[in-house]
Amino acid sequence: MPAELVPGVQTGRGEDAEEEVRRGLLLTTLGKAVAWARKNSMWPATFGLACCAIEMMAAGAGDYDLGRWGMEVFRASPRQADLMIVAGRVSQKMAPVLRQIYDQMPEPKWVISMGVCASSGGMFNNYGLVQGVDTIVPVDVYVPGCPPRPEMLMYGILRLHEKVQREARIT
Amino acid sequence: MTPDDLFGRLRTRFADVVLARGEVSTSLEPRELLEALAWLRDEPDLAFDFLSDLTCTDWPGLEPRYWVAYHLLSTAHGHRLRVKVGVADGDQPRVPSVTSSYPTADWFEREVYDFFGVVFDGHPDLRRIEMPEEWKGHPLRKTEQLAGVRTRFVGASVPPPDQRGT
Amino acid sequence: MTSSVGRPVGSPSTPTSTEIETRSMGVREDTMIINMGPQHPSTHGVLRLVLELEGEVVVGCRPVIGYLHTGIEKNIEYRTWQQGSTFVTRADYLAPFFNELGYCLAAERLLGVEAPPRAQTIRILVTELNRIASHLVWLATTGLELGAISVMLYGFRERETILDVFEAITGLRMNHAYVRIGGVVMDLPEDVPARVGALLGTLEGRIAEYEELLSGNPIWHQRTKGIGVLRAEECLRLGVTGPMLRAAGVARDVRRDEPYCGIDDYEFDVPVEDSADAFGRYLVRIEEMRQSLRIVRQALDRLQPGPVMVEDPKVRWPAQLEVGPDGIGNSEEYVRHILNESMEALIHHFKIVTQGVKVPPGEVYVPVESPRGELGYYVVSDGGQHPYRVHIRDPSFVNLQAVPELVAGGLVADVVAAVASVDPVMGGVDR
Repeated sequence: MPAELVPGVQTGRGEDAEEEVRRGLLLTTLGKAVAWARKNSMWPATFGLACCAIEMMAAGAGDYDLGRWGMEVFRASPRQADLMIVAGRVSQKMAPVLRQIYDQMPEPKWVISMGVCASSGGMFNNYGLVQGVDTIVPVDVYVPGCPPRPEMLMYGILRLHEKVQREARIT
Repeated sequence: MTPDDLFGRLRTRFADVVLARGEVSTSLEPRELLEALAWLRDEPDLAFDFLSDLTCTDWPGLEPRYWVAYHLLSTAHGHRLRVKVGVADGDQPRVPSVTSSYPTADWFEREVYDFFGVVFDGHPDLRRIEMPEEWKGHPLRKTEQLAGVRTRFVGASVPPPDQRGT
Repeated sequence: MTSSVGRPVGSPSTPTSTEIETRSMGVREDTMIINMGPQHPSTHGVLRLVLELEGEVVVGCRPVIGYLHTGIEKNIEYRTWQQGSTFVTRADYLAPFFNELGYCLAAERLLGVEAPPRAQTIRILVTELNRIASHLVWLATTGLELGAISVMLYGFRERETILDVFEAITGLRMNHAYVRIGGVVMDLPEDVPARVGALLGTLEGRIAEYEELLSGNPIWHQRTKGIGVLRAEECLRLGVTGPMLRAAGVARDVRRDEPYCGIDDYEFDVPVEDSADAFGRYLVRIEEMRQSLRIVRQALDRLQPGPVMVEDPKVRWPAQLEVGPDGIGNSEEYVRHILNESMEALIHHFKIVTQGVKVPPGEVYVPVESPRGELGYYVVSDGGQHPYRVHIRDPSFVNLQAVPELVAGGLVADVVAAVASVDPVMGGVDR
């Protein structure tokens, strides 16, 4: 838990802040507390497209459990989600749909681009796919792999958690 | 029927029949297609009542350019046949649709139209099926390029990364 | 007169996609158009269904596909023949070995080569294990969509055990590119037959658990019996194959009718039901899992030592691959051979890997029985090093055409059950 000891703080009883902490008091900034809450209850929107979606489901299932971080609830409605894991290849026809779903998500929102097809077009350098979803939505974490193992996705998610904690904004 | 017997049987009716690698194929003109398929279905020892696959190959150097291939199967006898129809290039390469006798051809013909531009006369609803409706061009033609196509993202503008809100 | 989406006639803007679909559906004015998907938790992938509803009853349905179109068929034309395996494997991503098998059988028929017996046995082994894994995903996602959420966890738990075996054999959990032209790319590691044997024991018991959980369950019956009925004549007219056709009473299975890789020597039954509804398809798939276990057991018994790739140096993949701690790679011995010992081997390796094999001109159509139906490969060669045309006849593409017939007259909630019983994999539908 993030704890900041602000120098010079006088507590009510005249003892120093360290004593207070030992008694169960936590001092922090509002931004850090909000960021901690956000990262521990990030709910993904269902945006599984292709093979990576199956690995994402496997990451959510029993063996590699995303429920450890409170993320096993994949929200069907983007209005209830704050993380979009773009899992799979995004075709030209799907691109406007992707953008619409992204726009429907309320702030703050994050995007993980899972797999090489979402990150850069992957092995399909052709007319049919969008060569990287970062041409359409801003991406926070790229997870490479074809498809990435569930552990790789989990690592990407944990890096995103670190990013959220580091940025610690209130908006 | 074995492929050899089938080959012999079809030679009595069609001029261009080939037996290669254990598979029998025949080539037809577009105007003979519907009648030939009806005959192939109605003959009791042939009984090709199932259409497995319908696709097209683009041979830009050849005349006719598009070769639409129909893969027929007989559920009663178990033999297969490939029927190929050569469609000449032009403003709109046309071939009769077989959806009235094989309803499964519906989406196959839409796909061939989408990818090659071959128009099927008599199809109930010939529209693009895989590419977006407003897409220009027919991607699987050999004269169309593979890549380097700008994302044709219709309906929104995306600001550069440094100007986005988050 | 206003159009059914509420915009007055004469509006200058271009019609929306839903309007195009509804116009082509010939819509009545007392009905409601609802759009399901393409982002939807229960449409089994990026499938879009435009439903015409009269209250809660579906009177018309139009599936819209193409949201996952990847251009695999065109992309293969720019690659070598061997690289085709890596592309087609991602078409129907839940049955990657079947895609590779169909493509390689087609290329081998064009080349006129046959894979050695051990390779054929290994191919049958991995494809039938893949069938079980694919049916487990079907069971898991169908259970999830119908509300039996614990079935999702059980299905994925079993699938993980099978994926562990795949990882031991090929180095990857999905999209393996293991079956290559001429055989399979590397031999089974020594511990794999024992692992597969152990796996078979647990899977038997687990499949019995699923049956106990679902087959007599009244809620499952209410949600699947009589739902999505498609009788045999309709199936054949619409080109439907696979468990849907077998649940309608027609015993067509490519493994029986046009056997590949010596599967006609194996003893197995083809399960057939005659209820033609979603429950019948469920029973067929459960029984198919059991039959696949039988085939895998027989394949393990048939494994004889031998090569796993053809000997012909113009066709065989030159490298000896191994599964190492970080995935697949060239075996050290082979690398030493081509770098230190033999210049000809190095040149040969270089030529085959970069330029590929030359396949004689011709065209073939090879069907295999994928978990969803008849998966056919129409491969055309012009004699060069790149495939000229590869068309994948995907069973889900054809089976999805039947969805309007399946859901007509039913309720909206039954649309989910009906589409789930078709078991479409959108990667194969859109390719």
